[in-house]
Amino acid sequence: MHDMSAHAAQHGAPTSFIRKHVFSLDHKVIGKQYYALALIAAVVGMFLSWLMRIHLGWGNFAIPGLHLLSSTGAPGNVMTPEYYLQLMTMHGTIMVFFVLTTAPFAAFGNFFLPIQTGAEDMPFPHFNMMSFWVTFVAFVVMVAAFFVPDGPSLGGWTQYAPLSAVGAVGGPGQGLGVVLWAASIGIFCIGQLLGSLNFITTTLDMRCKGMSLMRLPLSAWGWFITSMMGLTAFAVLMPACILLILDHVAGTSFFVASNLVINGQILPHSGGSTLLWQHLFWFFGHPEVYIAIVPGMGIVSHVLITNMRRPMLSHRVLIYSMGALAVLSYMVYGHHMFVSGMNPVSAIAFSFPTLVITIPSTIVVLIWLGSLYGSKLRINSASLFSLGFISMFISGGVSGFFLAQPSLDIMLHATYFVVGHFHLVMGVAAMFGIFAGTYFWFPKMTGRMMNETLGRVHFWLSFVGAYCIFMPFHYLGMAGNVRRYQAFTDDYLIPLIPVHKFITVAALVTGFVQLIFIYNLIYSRFKGPVAPSDNPWEGTSLEWSTATPPPHNNFGDKMPVVYHDPYQYSVEGASADYIMQTSPEKLTNPHEEK
Amino acid sequence: MAKLFAVTIVLIAIASAIPIVMHTWPLPQDISIHGHLIDEQFADTMAEAGISFLASQLLLAFFIWKFSSPKPGDKIKSFPGGSMGLVVAAFLLVGTEVLALGVFGAKAWGSVYLTAPAADAVQIQAQAGQFAFYFRYPGPDGKFGPIHADQINEANANFFGIDTTHDQDSKDDIVTAEMAIPVNREIHLLMHSKDVGHSFYVPELRVQQDFVPGLDVSLHFTATKVGKYEIVCTQLCGLGHYNMKAYLEVKSQEDYDAWIKQQAALQ
Amino acid sequence: MATTVHEAPKIDFDRLPSQGSGNGGWRDLGPAGGDLRRVKPSSPPPASTGIWVGLAAITMTFAAFTSALIVRQGAAPDWQHFTLPSILYLNSLIIIASSITLEVSRRQIAAFMGSAKTEGTAPARWLYVTLSLGLLFVAGQTFAWLQLRSQGFGLATNVSYSFFYVLTVAHAVHLLGGLGGLVRVIGKLNHSVLRRSTLNATSLYWHFMGVLWLYLLLLLWMKL
Repeated sequence: MHDMSAHAAQHGAPTSFIRKHVFSLDHKVIGKQYYALALIAAVVGMFLSWLMRIHLGWGNFAIPGLHLLSSTGAPGNVMTPEYYLQLMTMHGTIMVFFVLTTAPFAAFGNFFLPIQTGAEDMPFPHFNMMSFWVTFVAFVVMVAAFFVPDGPSLGGWTQYAPLSAVGAVGGPGQGLGVVLWAASIGIFCIGQLLGSLNFITTTLDMRCKGMSLMRLPLSAWGWFITSMMGLTAFAVLMPACILLILDHVAGTSFFVASNLVINGQILPHSGGSTLLWQHLFWFFGHPEVYIAIVPGMGIVSHVLITNMRRPMLSHRVLIYSMGALAVLSYMVYGHHMFVSGMNPVSAIAFSFPTLVITIPSTIVVLIWLGSLYGSKLRINSASLFSLGFISMFISGGVSGFFLAQPSLDIMLHATYFVVGHFHLVMGVAAMFGIFAGTYFWFPKMTGRMMNETLGRVHFWLSFVGAYCIFMPFHYLGMAGNVRRYQAFTDDYLIPLIPVHKFITVAALVTGFVQLIFIYNLIYSRFKGPVAPSDNPWEGTSLEWSTATPPPHNNFGDKMPVVYHDPYQYSVEGASADYIMQTSPEKLTNPHEEK
Repeated sequence: MAKLFAVTIVLIAIASAIPIVMHTWPLPQDISIHGHLIDEQFADTMAEAGISFLASQLLLAFFIWKFSSPKPGDKIKSFPGGSMGLVVAAFLLVGTEVLALGVFGAKAWGSVYLTAPAADAVQIQAQAGQFAFYFRYPGPDGKFGPIHADQINEANANFFGIDTTHDQDSKDDIVTAEMAIPVNREIHLLMHSKDVGHSFYVPELRVQQDFVPGLDVSLHFTATKVGKYEIVCTQLCGLGHYNMKAYLEVKSQEDYDAWIKQQAALQ
Repeated sequence: MATTVHEAPKIDFDRLPSQGSGNGGWRDLGPAGGDLRRVKPSSPPPASTGIWVGLAAITMTFAAFTSALIVRQGAAPDWQHFTLPSILYLNSLIIIASSITLEVSRRQIAAFMGSAKTEGTAPARWLYVTLSLGLLFVAGQTFAWLQLRSQGFGLATNVSYSFFYVLTVAHAVHLLGGLGGLVRVIGKLNHSVLRRSTLNATSLYWHFMGVLWLYLLLLLWMKL
């Protein structure tokens, strides 16, 4: 690790277009780049989900132009079974890695973590620039799989071995497709490790005068905790990807057992461990769920506090709960493997910490609800999406009660119940966190306001639509509807097809609604009304003390000094409704936790 | 706007609960002796999760309704009991709840996975491969011959790679494409994967277990109702995953014996 | 003849006292108009924190490789034991020696920075020795790989060989990063812009590479 800290203070404002907008060292530009990447990835991922949903509802429907995407995968514009699985794999991978990890964590975190800590920039700006461009390369490699002869992998985003490791005999896309997948994810890990390194060091070392750790806003805490998870989780996934690639290109036997027979041929591997991949993957995979949701929890808390005009009932308890989630996330990964052939005693050992996770999660929800009590809630697009986040987090969370128990997992494992659970709790909730952050911080990032009416329309239709899509998934799962099926031909699944049709319609409508958001985003970026002030929401944290958009070194020629805990709203005896962190006003009755 | 939002949350919460309360999509019928443990655990969990879900959604809606239109002079009020009250409540209510669920759930789990199969259980070997299940019965000698991967040949229906010329134990083995079991007798299923990961899932039987390539796992259960059920694969195994299934026929002992005889004759 | 500058002061007096980050993020809290709370007077420069964070990630990566090795060895009876190429023990001595020379160098430079003189002999000699020893180590590792290969033991011969190559190559790749760091330190020293925190972070990384190698050697010796 090289010391690039000198540049944090020294790199002046760049003048050339390339240094300013492409290979920029400025964390704000990098944050926007991450946001743009996540937006593109989200559009791709959502488009894939449309294709999948149409196929699940009306399997023989010819989707006009689909053969342009893959002539072998969609002859006559009708999806083949393997192409469905390939699209599903790409949908999951792109959404989890390139949207849910990049947008709430890397995009907003990059833009706002240094500002909220009162730093001029991240301590290692070159690493930060590499972090984005490495992630970009990873995305290109991932998407490139669409254009190779056999197409992308069909193994699902979890890439269970040995299907993922046997090579092209495993099915279309299991050769080059998997190699591209593993290479892309391995590269992605490098990007996130570099990012996490910067996030952690920024939080620990770059805080401005007066900014103690407990004075950091909750959003900054969310990113800080997430970066610690990211550092440990991605450092484990990367070696797993390397071993997977070696099984492909070097003929090693890490994951492929002896005497496996495909197409009448014995595979030239011996002794590999099927469960090894699952252990390595889920050791990363479960923290990844929290990497997706904890930044959202931080963002939503931050947005809600500003719109409730009061701090959370307890700043510390929220932080400790998020930290507890992070720690527990490493002790529970085995609940993905209850019926995998793992020792059944360890299933019980993994079940209890999983159930214990409900305690910090409940505390977080109760603190949110308890803080709403007696507040002066302001309703706008950002606060609506934050409240929607809470509703989604509750709905997706309670199904965790079931999936934490190995005995119920016998029934629910690999069914749509699981799909409904993780889509609500880490998909929709995290997306709502991203939306809340976007509506809230857009004025600071661009200097313009988003259209509030369109924002509310977007919220209403998304909120109702998301429930229409994902609540029925749970019912399907209880009826035993297996996931990752491209058609439902089993006798007991055929009666469930109308439910799938309903979900498809809901998904298409809700998907179209997201176009309103994209229109609002792009239109407002260029034509939106100019932000009325540097602090349109009357917030207290450091991002609202600086100019809009913030100057190259974030705070101009005067670095901030912090005098208060982050959320001094409605303080009795204060001169105003809100006292900014930088205000030197002496408060006689501050919101403060001893 | 806020009040409409509160109403919407309430409506969604109630609408979500209706199919559960009305049993619109019930759990598949239970045909196993251990299934009732799972079903009771499921019902308990549903009650607790359902109450948590409705209570928190309704509380969210109520607070949004109540506190979203403050009058200018309103002061901030704090929740009585403060954060410590809520933390204690979370530990007491949810903590004991999940502890109870965990303990009872572990019992149900143990009844399936932590008990040894009876010595007189009917032994059946299942082999999963892309994209079909095959089953092998040991025949009168009660022994399975070894599997020779190099002799697996689908063209001449040697799905298990059995060598009947050299292996004494294999000579009377019976291989079938559907699984028949006698009712009310314990079945000891030996699970072998030919190629990649698969899973053995019979919702009515309340069993699900992955086939692990390179690692033979076993499962035991007892069916209590005669009938024809579906075995489906739940572990993504390739392009034909959705179509990988077999029938499970639970027969009376007499029918089962007759069926075995008939299958033996077909070998 | 190169010269070196003193460690940049923690507090840069050319800047306003209210300027926070960038000079090591000092944040001592004097009495001011508000309710400033006492926190620790200054924070370490980011490089000295960043290096620990980076080492934590590397530790996780090799912990993952280690547990993969243990799980995989237990998964099937096909594990082949073999004798490690004896040059690895020589390489271990080399990497230990390189840590010693680096430490000598670090102390010389620190003493030089701490002294009052502004000009003098650049104590870069031992850095060059360290760099050479590092390169020698990589050459030695390459020799070990070639030797095994010439005996017909490739990456896919047996999974024990796979792990041997994966672990040693992964270590060598990380070590090359350390060599890059040393080159950077020498360059900065020659241009008199070396910070003590950079030097310390680079040496910490290098020592870690040595410890990591000894750990890997022990693991391979026990398991292979």
